[in-house]
Amino acid sequence: MTQQETASEVLKNDANITPLVDLRNLKVHFPITSGILFARTVGHVKAVDDVSLHINPGETLGLVGESGSGKTTLGRAALRLVEPTAGEVIFDGEDLTKLSGGEMRHRRRQMGIVFQDPYGSLNPRMTAGSMIGEPLKIHKLHSSKADYKKQIGDLLEIVGLSRAMADRYPHEFSGGQRQRIGVARALAGKPRFLVLDEPVSALDVSIQAQLINLLQDLQDEFNLTYLLIAHDLSVVRHISDRIAVMYLGKVVEIANYKDLYDNPLHPYTQALLSAIPLPDRTLERSRERIILKGDIPSPRNPPSGCVFHTRCPIAVEECKTTIPTMREIAPEHHAACIQL
Amino acid sequence: MPMESTLKTTGSDALKYMGAQPLRYAKQFRSFARKRRFAAFWLVVVGILVFISIAAPIVAPDDPNVPDFKKVTQGPDSSNFFGTDFLGRDVLSRVIYGGRSSLVIAVTSIILGIGLGSLWGMVSGYMGGKTDLISQRLLEILMAIPGLILAMMLAFILGASTTTLIMAIAFTRIAFGARVIRSVTLSVRETAYVEAARSIGAPTWRVMVFHVAPQTFAPFLVLFTTNVGIAILIESALGFIGLGIAPPTATWGNMLGEAASHLEPFWWLVFFPGLLITVTVLSINLAADGLQDALDPRGRGRI
Repeated sequence: MTQQETASEVLKNDANITPLVDLRNLKVHFPITSGILFARTVGHVKAVDDVSLHINPGETLGLVGESGSGKTTLGRAALRLVEPTAGEVIFDGEDLTKLSGGEMRHRRRQMGIVFQDPYGSLNPRMTAGSMIGEPLKIHKLHSSKADYKKQIGDLLEIVGLSRAMADRYPHEFSGGQRQRIGVARALAGKPRFLVLDEPVSALDVSIQAQLINLLQDLQDEFNLTYLLIAHDLSVVRHISDRIAVMYLGKVVEIANYKDLYDNPLHPYTQALLSAIPLPDRTLERSRERIILKGDIPSPRNPPSGCVFHTRCPIAVEECKTTIPTMREIAPEHHAACIQL
Repeated sequence: MPMESTLKTTGSDALKYMGAQPLRYAKQFRSFARKRRFAAFWLVVVGILVFISIAAPIVAPDDPNVPDFKKVTQGPDSSNFFGTDFLGRDVLSRVIYGGRSSLVIAVTSIILGIGLGSLWGMVSGYMGGKTDLISQRLLEILMAIPGLILAMMLAFILGASTTTLIMAIAFTRIAFGARVIRSVTLSVRETAYVEAARSIGAPTWRVMVFHVAPQTFAPFLVLFTTNVGIAILIESALGFIGLGIAPPTATWGNMLGEAASHLEPFWWLVFFPGLLITVTVLSINLAADGLQDALDPRGRGRI
């Protein structure tokens, strides 16, 4: 209930803009079953647990958190590639979770996803052109055969490849080129919203910069809205307008990128940011690093109260029992911690 | 971004994208022959057997069904290399025509059985859930009955004709096709490119036809070749006990059956059909083995 209040509060703050994507109390719980013939549920993995956030048109929301925090699942759920257990996914004023399969397929033209692994995300037996052209065929976006070919060529050029590459198979491309094909495929339906699921983490650093620049150019050119999932904090800082920090299925802090980096409020965010190495040697030596003890707890059996209390450097007795809610602590800066 | 203009295409890659350039077939075979001499030799034997069957009217020295009572049960000599049977028919010609029917029945029944099974396995694996659960239990029941006995039962119920025989053998193969292709589908279903296809709004049929089915090609080829050998054995066994193709049409199985029905079988009536069954099944299996190794991506095999 309190989460719902927070969601509306966030909306109020920029009431003049309607968010393109609005996740409300989203939960994705995966059942753990045992037994072969008569499967019974013995528990749930709470990959995403009661998350509310919104993304405004044209903005990039960075989503960070360590492995297993549920970032990828959240991104998939925002596109309904995994079925949310509860909550709403409002896309352009419409709740996607209530749509039928056919209606949902129709809406998919307006959204897309770029995957982390440039090798696994392309079908090894299809040419680059036929993969990029698939959205055109599915949504009947071409008027003739020649137009279909032309659009594929245009898309290849938009992502910085040449038209002649349409007839090549994925194994003939490098990692960076494959990722560009993935971007072209996501763009083919002229979407408004893209989920970028760690789009550069599998690439060389030099190629990373090229791809990030490409993604930024595309955002300006086509007025795209991004949900950028990443664990590379410097990449996130570079292209995000706002950043959300996730821990164990929950968003613990959301703020403008500047506020989050300059003035992190949540103890987890502080620990996360202190893990960024500094290029300056003296600064690196003199600064105080917050090192968390232990590993991220199992999402199957998350800690009571605040899920972070087991590793939190400032935890008190109350943290074990009280579930913290997202509150606006500074203007446009929300965090979930009872001690703030 | 600079691209290497001449990318070397490896053998297994070439097979993956075959259909793109039919010219590659010959090249592939040459490279297969170089790396897997043993399998390639048996593949050639299979090729010769298939050729002889197709060209039976040209290759066979005599009409297989015309009796000649002047030379009944003569041993192999210069006019009849494989001898003659009880009605004076040329055994060599009968073996050649027999191979023709055996191969036709085996190949069509496998295309039908493994094809249907693969389709079932792919749908069952991709759909998952209750569909998959029920399908798998049905297949387990089917697999619990030995293939030969099942085929015998079906051939007996349906009556002996080429069509019913093909159907009976095909039916026993469905479960094997379904199992293997289902397991491949289960792993393909989880790949990022299948998710990518779903993310752009591809309907289920499209994902299955364009993204799942092409990945099952290599296991399908292996399934096909290994099961053709089994189908020939089932067909021969049914022919031997008189449930297969009815005489006078020759098959290897009913030639053996005829020979065995006499008190004292003449050796050439047993030896030549038996030899052909053995060589055919053996060569198909050994060639299939080599093919399986070459197509296994984990084995880093190359054709």
